[in-house]
Amino acid sequence: MEVEKTARSVEEAVEQALAELGAKREEVEVEVLEEPSKVLFGLLGRRPARVRVRVKDTPVRRAKELLGKVIDAMGLMVDMKFRETEEGLFVDIAGPNVGILIGRRGETLNALQYIVSLYVNKNRVQKCKVYLDVEGYRRRREETLRRLALRLAEKAKRKGRNIVLEPMSSHERKIIHTALQGRDDIYTYSEGEEPYRKIIISPRK
Amino acid sequence: MVKEVVEILAKALVDHPDKVSVNVVEKEKSCLVELKVAPEDMGKIIGKQGRVAKAIRAVAKAAGTRQKKKVTVEIG
Repeated sequence: MEVEKTARSVEEAVEQALAELGAKREEVEVEVLEEPSKVLFGLLGRRPARVRVRVKDTPVRRAKELLGKVIDAMGLMVDMKFRETEEGLFVDIAGPNVGILIGRRGETLNALQYIVSLYVNKNRVQKCKVYLDVEGYRRRREETLRRLALRLAEKAKRKGRNIVLEPMSSHERKIIHTALQGRDDIYTYSEGEEPYRKIIISPRK
Repeated sequence: MVKEVVEILAKALVDHPDKVSVNVVEKEKSCLVELKVAPEDMGKIIGKQGRVAKAIRAVAKAAGTRQKKKVTVEIG
């Protein structure tokens, strides 16, 4: 996406271009094609400024574009916040009826996250991880998993036998492994093939 | 709504968006979505062990819940 604009000053031309593209200043690259100048000391009028403004193909832009279209097509009105960190791109979605974007056990959220990440990283050398969250669902789920891990660890210890958890995504398994690592009474490992891979909590003899 | 969603997702994933076609057969309580892409894009739309296809189905299903419709997506 790029446009060329002509105006009295460079700034004015850039502003017109931004309005047309619906982009912010930090989302674009500006190329000044012609500086404004006076022709023959201003006697023959002024030559206007001409700029070419191109929307940068950043992960944020691509994620915003795809998510915007999909959520719009679902008939939802949402507010999206984008945060880029060294770990990746974090997107927080909030609004009425966004529960359908989460789905059972976050199934829809994970599916959407996977597709957005494929789209963001299409033709990209340096991969950017994408994390989607809806109304703090992941944060709450993380807390639930941590508590579940501690409770089941106690159970494994008390009963002196293995406790097998239900299948989980790699991200969720990591939360559980991390919550229970470094303990001397139990240890954890995973078994089975994706997407049915599950954690086993085992007491140490 | 469901049609649009499947079309947007498919077009975002393939190399030839112009060759994506989506046809919907609406029934009272369900809707069948037939998605077709260029032969060379089939791998992209299905993914390793059908992971991409599964993700498209999950989002399409969610799009159908507001209309209380069961959604089936057929690819190919």
